[in-house]
Amino acid sequence: MSPLALLAASSGIDTGDTAWMLMATALVLMMTPALGLFYAGLVRSKNTLNTFMMCVGAIAVAMVTWALVGYSLAFDGTGSLIGGLSYAGLHGVDFAPREGTTIPHLVFMAFQATFCIITVALVSGAVVERMRFGAFLVFAALWSVCVYAVLAHWAFGGGWLQANGTLDFAGGVPVEMGSGFSALAAALVVGARKDYGRQALLPHNAVYVLLGAGLLWFGWFGFNGGSGFSTGNPSVLAFTNTLLTPACTLVVWFALDLLRGRKVTAIGAATAIVVGCVAITPAGGFISPGWAMLLGGLAALPSYAIIVWRTRTRVDETLDVLAAHGMAGFFGILFIGFFAQLSWNGVSDGLFYGNAAQLGDQALAALAGPTYAFVATFLLLKLIGAVTPLRASEHEEALGMDVVQHGEEAYVTGEGAILVLPPDGGAVGVPVADPG
Amino acid sequence: MKLVVGIVRPEKANDVLEALYRAQVRGVSMSRVQGHGGELERVETYRGTTVQMGLAEKVRFEIAVSDEFVQPTVDALCEGARTGAVGDGKIFVLPLDQAVRIRTGETDHGAVTPVDK
Repeated sequence: MSPLALLAASSGIDTGDTAWMLMATALVLMMTPALGLFYAGLVRSKNTLNTFMMCVGAIAVAMVTWALVGYSLAFDGTGSLIGGLSYAGLHGVDFAPREGTTIPHLVFMAFQATFCIITVALVSGAVVERMRFGAFLVFAALWSVCVYAVLAHWAFGGGWLQANGTLDFAGGVPVEMGSGFSALAAALVVGARKDYGRQALLPHNAVYVLLGAGLLWFGWFGFNGGSGFSTGNPSVLAFTNTLLTPACTLVVWFALDLLRGRKVTAIGAATAIVVGCVAITPAGGFISPGWAMLLGGLAALPSYAIIVWRTRTRVDETLDVLAAHGMAGFFGILFIGFFAQLSWNGVSDGLFYGNAAQLGDQALAALAGPTYAFVATFLLLKLIGAVTPLRASEHEEALGMDVVQHGEEAYVTGEGAILVLPPDGGAVGVPVADPG
Repeated sequence: MKLVVGIVRPEKANDVLEALYRAQVRGVSMSRVQGHGGELERVETYRGTTVQMGLAEKVRFEIAVSDEFVQPTVDALCEGARTGAVGDGKIFVLPLDQAVRIRTGETDHGAVTPVDK
């Protein structure tokens, strides 16, 4: 055997696992532009690009902070509250397998990076249509390190929740409750849109919303299916549950829509897809397909109730991140405590199968995660707000964030647009065919 | 009998509708138009192509009213549409020769007065 082949065989890398995780990473990255589409359809047309750009901005900023310090703080060592800095700048993150997995450390890091990115993008849903783009980018950079990396360490990186026995398959704590309860804090600090509660502020394109939700669901197969870091049973279970749960949420959501308004709504359906995917995120690899279907049906109820309640308040948590992510994630985390099943997950039973302690561990996470996310985000935004204005002026908000923040419009017609030529009249030496 | 035409900012359209409603003006049509009236031109850039947007989005109200309603209508348009900055729009009051309500065939004053049920 050649030395090179020997090295590969003894390295502990599984090619099948690695191939799937490369694919899963790409699937999860796609969820962020998909979220951009989902969010863009839910806002007014004059804010389409700004809303989408917050998601694109999350990719830019969170990927960089993740590589510089975020990954290290989340996944270096088993410190109780926070990881170390030895992976800072991706130092030592290479082809050797990540401890406890059969995939290269680099792939593991990249997969986790896409989680950080989408979580930052999720929070933007609370502040669209009025937050300044620059202030959001600063917030995204600090939040990805101070909130996401900390919660990811607690739940996945060997921090106190994981050490304590809390089960969180694909990010109920850092991603779903982390974004949902941070979104509530962000909405409170930034404040409501100027017309909120005074005028009807309607979604401008329901097709974007449905298409975005569909692409999110597609990407979620990588999100949940990849969180076993292999092609083994937990991944297969989580992958299939990602199909079952949202379908059941859709059915129940249809029924709730029919009861309340006698019509099944499209934007309700898009919301239900997200709620179902969120609910199965923490539980994916821990509960049987049957319980996953029940979870999907039940998870619709609290999220639906929060959406109905929230729109009657003065809290302009604009795109209902708390209801869709915070609440459904909370529900999913607790559900594991009841219906986790050793014969399916090989890890632990829940209360229903005789292990009441698991419910306690889940309840602890359901309390600690939201509390930290809310408080840390509240303080972080107050801090940023003390240095730079968080929101655009009323006049700018009226004009629309696309023109004001980006100098572009989503639906530009070109009528009345006059080409601005460079000072020399545009003669830049490009040969033009002589019409004569 | 006059036709009042008001061209206002799109973001003030809802305020104008509210003000008209308070002034008891019930018959209104509105359309989206693009116009230019001396406000500063916005500059936008698309992949290196910089353009001046010479036309701004506006909303055009058309309201046919009997003579005693002309002033309240103009006042409501001003009240709803004014921000104080350049670009608030214009109001034109035009004479109106005839108005017909299609459903009943009523003409003129009867046609521009809302039906009280």
